[in-house]
Amino acid sequence: MYRTSLALNLTLIAAIVVLAVLPPFLGIYYGNLVTRMMILGIFAMSLDLLIGFTGLVSFGHAAFFGLSGYMLAILMMDVDSASIYWVLPACLAATALASAVIGWFSVRTSGIYFIMITLAFAQMLFYFFNENTALGGSDGMFIFNKPTLAIGSWNPIDLEDHHTFYYVVLVSLALSYLGLRRLLNAPFGMVIQGVRTNENRTRALGFATRRYKLVSFVIAGTLAGFAGFLEAMHSSIISPAHLGWHESGNAMMTVILGGMGTLHGPVIGAFAFGFLHDWLQEVTEHTTLYMGIFVIAVVLFLPRGIAGLPADVMRLLRRRAPDEEDPGA
Amino acid sequence: MSNEQKNGISRRTLIKGAGAAAGLAAASSIVPSRFAYGAAHMKKTPVKIGILLPYSGTYAMLGNSITDAMKLRIAGAGDMLGGRPVEYVAIDSEMSVPKAPQNTSKLVDKDQVDFLVGPVHSGIAAAMAKIVGGREKPIMIVPNAGSNAVTGSLCAPNIFRTSFSNWQPAYPGGTQMAKDGHKTCVTIAWKYAAGRQMMDAGAEAFTKAGGQVIKDIEVPFPDVEFQAFLSEIAALKPDAVFAFFSGGGATKFLKDYAAAGLKSIPLYGPGFLTEGVEQAAGEAAEGVRTTLHYSADLDNPSNLAFRDAFEKATGRVANVFAVQGYDAGSLIVQAMAAVQGDTGATADIIKAMENANFIDSPRGPWKMSKAHNPIQNIYLREVLNGAQDYIGIAAEALEDPATGCKMV
Amino acid sequence: MDFSTFLIQLLNSVQYGFLLFLVASGLTLVFGIMGIINLAHGAFYMFGAYVVWWLVGYTESLTLSILLGVPLIMVLGYAIERLAIARLYERDHLYQVLLTYGLILILNECQKIFWGSNFYSVPIPEALSGSIPLTENQVYPIYRVFISIVCMLIAAGMYLLIQKTRLGMTIRAGASNREMVQALGIDISRVFAIVFSLGAALAGFAGMIGAPISSVYPGMGDQILIISFVVVVIGGIGSIKGAFIGAMLIGLADTFGKVLVPDFASMAVYATMAVVLLWRPQGLFGQPVH
Repeated sequence: MYRTSLALNLTLIAAIVVLAVLPPFLGIYYGNLVTRMMILGIFAMSLDLLIGFTGLVSFGHAAFFGLSGYMLAILMMDVDSASIYWVLPACLAATALASAVIGWFSVRTSGIYFIMITLAFAQMLFYFFNENTALGGSDGMFIFNKPTLAIGSWNPIDLEDHHTFYYVVLVSLALSYLGLRRLLNAPFGMVIQGVRTNENRTRALGFATRRYKLVSFVIAGTLAGFAGFLEAMHSSIISPAHLGWHESGNAMMTVILGGMGTLHGPVIGAFAFGFLHDWLQEVTEHTTLYMGIFVIAVVLFLPRGIAGLPADVMRLLRRRAPDEEDPGA
Repeated sequence: MSNEQKNGISRRTLIKGAGAAAGLAAASSIVPSRFAYGAAHMKKTPVKIGILLPYSGTYAMLGNSITDAMKLRIAGAGDMLGGRPVEYVAIDSEMSVPKAPQNTSKLVDKDQVDFLVGPVHSGIAAAMAKIVGGREKPIMIVPNAGSNAVTGSLCAPNIFRTSFSNWQPAYPGGTQMAKDGHKTCVTIAWKYAAGRQMMDAGAEAFTKAGGQVIKDIEVPFPDVEFQAFLSEIAALKPDAVFAFFSGGGATKFLKDYAAAGLKSIPLYGPGFLTEGVEQAAGEAAEGVRTTLHYSADLDNPSNLAFRDAFEKATGRVANVFAVQGYDAGSLIVQAMAAVQGDTGATADIIKAMENANFIDSPRGPWKMSKAHNPIQNIYLREVLNGAQDYIGIAAEALEDPATGCKMV
Repeated sequence: MDFSTFLIQLLNSVQYGFLLFLVASGLTLVFGIMGIINLAHGAFYMFGAYVVWWLVGYTESLTLSILLGVPLIMVLGYAIERLAIARLYERDHLYQVLLTYGLILILNECQKIFWGSNFYSVPIPEALSGSIPLTENQVYPIYRVFISIVCMLIAAGMYLLIQKTRLGMTIRAGASNREMVQALGIDISRVFAIVFSLGAALAGFAGMIGAPISSVYPGMGDQILIISFVVVVIGGIGSIKGAFIGAMLIGLADTFGKVLVPDFASMAVYATMAVVLLWRPQGLFGQPVH
């Protein structure tokens, strides 16, 4: 069961409101940065469905993120404009298919072996794009024009506009979050969470756990593809590095440090990393050194990630005042 | 402590030259009226140079060399650009293409730099060009990334390159191989864009001169396990081998090549094969013939002075990357002098850059092509006693074909 | 491919396999016994190479530098285990993965701060600098043969340590049932600290002994890391024997992949791993997963 406290729900609503009123104050650069953090937030949430809720630690999740971007670049290669109504479904279908194939093989393994086999498939895809000169090879590809939402001559939303695109991403983030929440509270969600807690028991209850894991893998892969689609539109460029293991590793880090199994934690993680990196660039030459120290500090001192920080603080405060809270101890 | 450390780039160095006042006074007498508008205010604000280069990982050496040499050149001009002080904003590119749009946006949109210098990686160059291409500001100067596309299909009025196109140092290498009497060769390079473009250029020239490429070997990037390929080369027995690797990979390739006893088959390649790795490769690099737009022992006064100054400033030995950075600095200094520090006069800056004078470049005289790529001499060098030995000019004033560039 | 070329490529495969084993052995040790996925293993490898280059500058002897350098890396590993990793044994393995990821970032930056970003080379010792003729135009460096012999010795040494010594017994017992070993009055956390520093030392040693042929450059650890994981997973986590077979298999797949299917050479290694895992989901010699 995925339940959130009233306090959290109110905070999330407040966060959305803040994000919605923010753009005029951000300027182009920070607007871009927040847009990208929201996209990476969707990407990290999709991975959280696997790591935090299904118990499948995928080390190749960026493959779907990048694949979708490549799909977009390929579809837009020879055309001046294309309608999003068929481009987006095509990209999602491609990632769904890829995640179904990779997932079908991968869910046969578990634990560290699952980590490694997902890495293996992602690396194969990486090399496929890295060495394919028709697709730009190691330099990657451009997306010269974004697909349009126009129906005939009527264009309700101009995606080329920075602000508009920001809101499109914000809405996407909110919908992805709500969608995943619903999914987790549906019978399907109960089963995958059962798989995570105790796969044998779930299987004994008569559920074909492998099939559930596969479906979860496909949903996560497709959502990652959606994030990749947004990212490719946003940055207008896609490269093999987008699906390399560094990106998969970063996503994993975002999920765990943000707080896995919380859905909102990975989004917080994406924002935390984005802004930390941005700030470190300004103040120090040794960005990676401090990033490393930050990672280690969170691991050591925030066992439930950044999202668990309020609860940790509360507990710490209670421990300070044992007389009032827990007289029996 | 390394030398890089001591001379490390500082993120925001605002240099207020002592000669600022003098420069201003001298300049004002000849300022045309267009430039004089708002000049008093403008003179105080620094010209911003944004830098996006790798300062960590395998290619950090390149980033440091380029940055230090560019700063050296601008310091040589009194740290003044057209009478204005200069401010550097440097970002570590981390060689990451996914981060490139964000990093570029930071320099262009947030810091609003006047000039954007970078990168090393061609994929990042494409990402930068996409953002900078259609805009008035900044002017982008590529001090390394060799992708033919940068001054080919991606070429734009405000994108300049002070380094090379991959085609340039590779093509004369193929010709040279044939000239040295070799009939057959094997090409070997990493399987990525730069490797592919260089091998294609080398093979094109070699075939045109009557040679035959008997095998084209592509090594997965960035794999450095060459043994299987070396055995293959030994079995094929070509007259010569034409190779491109760089940095750590080049060192290992040279050492493995020598250790496998293959030195009886002469080794050729674009100069990066031996550039900056002569010391690390040691004995193994001896006798390797390469073609490049620079040679350390070029006997011209500006090269000697440059090498001396670079070593004095950084404690390191100058290399081709430093020269590319130095000329990037030179390009900015000249353009800003021409417009009297008016960074708003984009059209005039571009014009000044197109006509910039590189008579006293350490690499010898060169000029900008219509596609904004250097028209430059390519030199034949051979490693001798752990250093590059200049043999002669392999191709004089070589111009990149600039395939796909609309400005040509 | 004629027969002699085939034999030479086979030799190349085995040689590469030995190098891989050297790096992977420490990884599988830490992996299997402590359950830690040590992403910083490649960083220790890189540190080893830099340390030996640095020491050779003073001692002018590779042997002496390795003798001095290995304890240094060991101390580094010990300190990292005590200060950070020891606090995480009760937590999900993912946190340990992340911690070691943070270590990569820190160690890479430290390398840059200590030694700069140039490429360096370590000379092959005079006594081992010769070579053996293979064909009319190809020779085989003696130093590579020497590395292979050292790898075999390490493999044998590790086998003896784990199977025959008291420490090995404790390690094996601690891996399968921690509480039981502790109940017997053995300080298991000290044993784990020793194992981790041993793993780090093995990685460092691989970097040191490999330095003369690989040369020393920033980022060298990242390249070796992923391939070492592939080796360990193919062999079955924690199995020294498996790591050995896995290393040989990858050596073969890589070498012959490059020669026979050059267009797919980069995928050959990963395809091999995928096939092995589909056939045996716990690796060749791993314990079945429950």
